[in-house]
Amino acid sequence: MTTPTSAPRERVRDPFAIPGTLVPPGAEPIVHLEAIEKYYGSNHVLKGCTLEVYPRETICLIGRSGSGKSTLLRCTNFLEEPTVGVVEVDGIRVEADPLHARSRAHREQLRQIRLRAQMVFQEFNLFPHMRVIDNLIEGPIRVRGVSKDQAVATAEKYLAKVGLSEKRDEYPGRLSGGQKQRVAIARALSMEPKVLLFDEPTSALDPTLVGEVLKVMAELAHEGSTMVVVTHEMAFAREAADRVYFIEEGVFVEAGPSDEVIDDPKDPRTRKFLERLLDKA
Amino acid sequence: MSLGGTAGQQLPVDLVTMGRASIVDEIAAARARSRVRFRTLFVLTWVVLVGGLALLILSSGKTDFSFLVGEWGNFIIAGVPVTIIVSICSIVLACIFALLGALGRLSTIAPVYSVASLYVSLIRGTPLIVQIFFWYAALPQFGIVLPAFLAGVFALSFNYGAYMTEIFRAGIQAVPRGQREAAAALGMTERQTMRRVVLPQAIRIVIPAVGNEFIAMIKDSALVSYVGIQELFFRAREVGTRFFHSFEALALAALIYWLLSIILSLFQERLEQRLAESDRRS
Repeated sequence: MTTPTSAPRERVRDPFAIPGTLVPPGAEPIVHLEAIEKYYGSNHVLKGCTLEVYPRETICLIGRSGSGKSTLLRCTNFLEEPTVGVVEVDGIRVEADPLHARSRAHREQLRQIRLRAQMVFQEFNLFPHMRVIDNLIEGPIRVRGVSKDQAVATAEKYLAKVGLSEKRDEYPGRLSGGQKQRVAIARALSMEPKVLLFDEPTSALDPTLVGEVLKVMAELAHEGSTMVVVTHEMAFAREAADRVYFIEEGVFVEAGPSDEVIDDPKDPRTRKFLERLLDKA
Repeated sequence: MSLGGTAGQQLPVDLVTMGRASIVDEIAAARARSRVRFRTLFVLTWVVLVGGLALLILSSGKTDFSFLVGEWGNFIIAGVPVTIIVSICSIVLACIFALLGALGRLSTIAPVYSVASLYVSLIRGTPLIVQIFFWYAALPQFGIVLPAFLAGVFALSFNYGAYMTEIFRAGIQAVPRGQREAAAALGMTERQTMRRVVLPQAIRIVIPAVGNEFIAMIKDSALVSYVGIQELFFRAREVGTRFFHSFEALALAALIYWLLSIILSLFQERLEQRLAESDRRS
């Protein structure tokens, strides 16, 4: 897997990277996770995951609960510090260094990565003490230093995109789960990131509200947003994703174009997972 | 009645709903009656106990409240605004100390955590009255002379700040982890996260507890009379000693403290209800 070395390590390429149809020819990956490993104590959760995401493509990470898919996504923007490995987002390259994670320079690099890779959470995590519009302009103003007028204009644009312009001055507490998640997507978009990370965005939703969120996400995918989505929604994955990665016990066991992996899985573990999921539906 | 369905199915359903409606009303009425009865008995018991005690004392012939009517009664009552001002100044300062203390107790920087812990331990480990005398009577030995009002307010707020540190710490920790993660994911620094996201929510969480502390503060503020602040208790003691009728003067002061506590507790209850309602909306 990874051998500790002081020399600049050779870049690990993702064997499953097949640039999708929207990807411009000759493009370099915008997200590059190299041999990511994560331990919680002695629990080996990620055992060397390598993933390349090209601009304008949508990737779905699938797998059963506890397989490590959310952890991998959270390692991408360093909400979890990887134990070993390299994360590169839009040219910002950060090597996992858990022993020196608190240094100022390191934290500044993490911030640069987070600016470029915005996350949408399972539990929405909107700021309940701020109106919808204030949720959307908080990051652009405080973090990116955008002027208030410009931030409001951008926020209104994305609020319209998720179809919630009329909720501009509401507090999040007055919104339904589906509306909250759409606001959360608009909040991420308002930062004008290079990549969107979705961490099981529909898992906390009432089943009747899942559709409105998936519709917004599918639109974004078709317009060419770069997205990495952790999800259990196979219909969404097949329809909206360019490629699907199936992860089990911290390793990718199968990956490829979404229809191939979901309709005709090669690996018996993938097949078993998908069969179980279809049984339940 | 029936729209093509069988009348035999429709009828019992109607009967059931009618019967249910009347029994529901009856239960509600019975509950209301028993609530009124409970409250009436509650108030009556208080009236009997307090009134009986008052009668017993008055009939002993050893008391004389007449000197309190007019000038001297007013003199004591004029201590109420002083008590309230001391308490308000102290609770505001105490909140600042408590916030700093809580941030210190949550710090991962060892010396900061250590200083905050020392503050809490030292203050909670010594009597408030000793601290009050320390600020007023011991510091002048080092050339630091605080006016009585400042010494009293400092002592009270420094003391309450230590106790309230734990309230603020718990409030900060009660803000869901997802909120910090969302702020971090936006790219906010730890300082921005604390100031813009965590603290505004933590403050809302601690408001009811701070209200309780304020009510306790009103009562503990009597202790600052010992450094010569002319608040309620100070004045009651003065008047009582002067007329050799301490009982009457102190009883008046106690009654006023009690009324203040009751009024503030009512406010407090209303505030908590309002906050609970707005929580239900969110």
